[in-house]
Amino acid sequence: MSYVIDRRENAKNKSAVNRQRFLDRYKKHIQKSVQEAVDKRSITDIERGEEVHIPSEDISEPVFAHGKGGKRSVVHPGNKEFIAGDRVPRPSGSGGGGGGEGEASDQGEGADDFVFRLTQDEFLDFLFDNLELPNLTKRHLKGNNSFKYEHAGFTSDGVPAKLSISRSMMAAKARRIALTGVSRKKLEAAASALSEAEEEGDEVSVKRLEEEMVKLEQRIDRVAFLDTNDLRYNLYVKRPIPTSQAVMFCLMDVSGSMDQAIKDMAKRFYLLLYLFLKRHYERTEIVFIRHHTVAKEVDEQEFFYSRETGGTVVSSALKKMQEVMAERYSPDEWNIYGAQASDGDNWNDDSPTCGKLLEESILPFVQYFAYVEITKRSHQALWREYAAVGEKFPDAFAQRHIKEVSDIFPVFHDLFQKKVVA
Amino acid sequence: MRRRKSRFIAESNDWTFDLIEKYDRVIGELAADYGLDTYPNQIEIIRSDQMMDAYSSIGMPVGYNHWSFGKHFVEVQQNYQKGYMGLAYEIVINSDPCIAYLMEENTLTMQALVIAHACYGHNSFFKGNYLFRSWTDASAIIDYLVFAKGYISECEARHGLKAVEETLDSCHALMNYGVDRYKRPYPISAEEEKRRQAERAEYVQRNLNDLWRTLPKTRTDEPSDTPTFPDEPQENLLYFIEKNAPLLEPWQREIVRIVRKIAQYFYPQRQTQVMNEGWATFWHYTLMNRLYDERYVNDAFMMEFLTSHTGVLFQPGFDHPRYQGINPYALGFAMYSDIKRICENPTDEDREWFPDIAGGDWLEVLPIAMRDFKDESFILQFLSPKVMRDLRLFGIVDDDQESEFEVAAIHDSGGYKCVRELLASQYNTSDCEPNIQIVKADVDGDRSLTLRHQQHARRPLGDTTEHVMKHLHRLWGFPVYMESVWNDEVVSSKVCPESSDQAA
Repeated sequence: MSYVIDRRENAKNKSAVNRQRFLDRYKKHIQKSVQEAVDKRSITDIERGEEVHIPSEDISEPVFAHGKGGKRSVVHPGNKEFIAGDRVPRPSGSGGGGGGEGEASDQGEGADDFVFRLTQDEFLDFLFDNLELPNLTKRHLKGNNSFKYEHAGFTSDGVPAKLSISRSMMAAKARRIALTGVSRKKLEAAASALSEAEEEGDEVSVKRLEEEMVKLEQRIDRVAFLDTNDLRYNLYVKRPIPTSQAVMFCLMDVSGSMDQAIKDMAKRFYLLLYLFLKRHYERTEIVFIRHHTVAKEVDEQEFFYSRETGGTVVSSALKKMQEVMAERYSPDEWNIYGAQASDGDNWNDDSPTCGKLLEESILPFVQYFAYVEITKRSHQALWREYAAVGEKFPDAFAQRHIKEVSDIFPVFHDLFQKKVVA
Repeated sequence: MRRRKSRFIAESNDWTFDLIEKYDRVIGELAADYGLDTYPNQIEIIRSDQMMDAYSSIGMPVGYNHWSFGKHFVEVQQNYQKGYMGLAYEIVINSDPCIAYLMEENTLTMQALVIAHACYGHNSFFKGNYLFRSWTDASAIIDYLVFAKGYISECEARHGLKAVEETLDSCHALMNYGVDRYKRPYPISAEEEKRRQAERAEYVQRNLNDLWRTLPKTRTDEPSDTPTFPDEPQENLLYFIEKNAPLLEPWQREIVRIVRKIAQYFYPQRQTQVMNEGWATFWHYTLMNRLYDERYVNDAFMMEFLTSHTGVLFQPGFDHPRYQGINPYALGFAMYSDIKRICENPTDEDREWFPDIAGGDWLEVLPIAMRDFKDESFILQFLSPKVMRDLRLFGIVDDDQESEFEVAAIHDSGGYKCVRELLASQYNTSDCEPNIQIVKADVDGDRSLTLRHQQHARRPLGDTTEHVMKHLHRLWGFPVYMESVWNDEVVSSKVCPESSDQAA
């Protein structure tokens, strides 16, 4: 007797728990791999999964086993020319004996790493593990497509389609009980008086009581079964669904001093930020603003790859950002993030303007503004100006220094480190 | 010869539930005709990712959670996705009813093959073989696994993931030493387990306190008179720990017990690999051919079946780049087929080597060769000179005191017996695993535990020993000593933790 059962629809990922346990256990190794991946990878595929190497001694499940040495005998198949008593030189590579499993297994003596691949989700989880977006508060009620109806109790007026029958009947019954209460009591009293009178044979009283009872019954009957007042309607209210949305301003200096390597680093930083925002907000937009002496809003391609030269006026970009914000991204509706990358060069007289602009017309309205300076040289006026600003807005502003590619992830990690609530 | 009129079950090679049931019915009838006694079958169709799940939980249909299963899963998934390995066409569970997983990717031919192999081959082996009959209780295993999973997740909720994981890690390291090799165990039952679990926890703890009573004894008698504990060496390390480890919490003891019980459930499978696979392969081969002879299947079916069958039986020679030792399918199939041949067409050689079975009824001899043996004794009893010749088996001796390998024996008249003995000992689990037993728990002194490794052919312990000793130390809570003994002489000894001044 056999049964055939289709289990294909059963829960997928029975092993997900075990896989997760495994990942948790080797978090340290995995995080290292993830960070290396971010540093090494070409920017376009940063979102892909990643191969993780874990040294096999760290991952082994040891059991008691025989070591090398001693005397052992093995039977192999496929004899060609051997006869009993032949002596065969030891296969090379297994100096101290071994050969327990024959020649073929004696390669690969050095333990290989345990290598496996993280899925894209797992990769991002590890990438952004322990990070959080600062000041994630604003939730804008926007658009006409994001409403839902919620049941909000019952009302006494409405359209027939929304009639709640059970509620209406309950109300009607309550009203009937209330309005007929007195009459019913009298009716009961009359009924018992009647039976007494009948026993006593008091004809007059019997007749009077009978008449009274008919009158009372009529009175009870006259109370309407269902009255307009009884009707109850379901009440639904339209509730907006809060959707969170964020806009990210990428500001970059494209003056002659920014070479391709620096731009590349800046791009990595922006990418991390973008991926990170995307995980937190249903909708994330990006505005690219590039500047030399004048600022311009551009598309991604132009932002990263077109070359222009000229002097550097950083305030032009901040002004542009302010304009775009005023025009399209009202701070009431959007979570605004700014990220500025520069090599620190600025026209000296301009730096105080930048500080002022940031302080007065940008920082009060944004969730967070990060400035990264990508340079191997020492800081210039702009850094010092920003440092002064940072002191006034410790929650919303941060600046960091990146010297080479491998600094990017640590800096990013540092910027968005989960703040421990004191 | 007039062939029977064809009555093909199917012409196309796409399976449907209907066709699987038809094949199962026909194969089941033919199997019964050969006298195969089986548990009822529960055939489950699963996807490839579910097959990987089944793989990674070492074939337990319900497994408790542990990172090592995740690691296996990752490994399998990886290799499968990269095309390094194919998945098995089936997994079969020793339970009643016998659960067999069939992959949805298989063609209809493969499904039929798998049904013959797993649902009638392995199934009858589980039901018939003496090791399975005496060591496992097919009707209780699923319930027990459910109980174990529930208990362990309850422990996780109560004592934290980490504590449970550490205990499990340590138990897994000693899992191979969690069986009574010679005593027949009690059958397991989830109901019983649940009912008695609390009772047992209390009882053990009480007795334990007695054993470890710290009140000083009146030291009147000579210390040499005090008997050592345990009075006999203990081979079942996990059992000893479960009952005697001084510092374990009751829930940890229960986890030790669970791992021990599961080890015991798998113990027969480790000892009957050649027989089990050989038996199943022999029967799928016989049943498929019978299907063809009875004209249930067409030539295309047969061609596909034979391709897959020969693939399974591939046995590269020792010098082949793909050589990975002896293929248990090939060896087992060759032996069972040869037993059949010896019964049907015995030669003079067979009459000399197998006087009892030569010329007998193979339908009577074969079940005996399945029922009453394990790999070691099966090979010792039934490996025929013909099979040794066909596989061209030869024995090599590797002695680290010699500079060269020596060919001990080959497939010739002077060597058959020797090759057979060498091969049999290769499947003897007590030769393959170091023989380690607990000889002393110092009850009155520092509470240390002493293990003795009885060397086999001077073979020392491997590099992992210290790791495993750490696990043992974690469970025991006090220093653990390991002595390697050869010719009644301690040749090496280890202790964990290495500086034993900070015990526990």
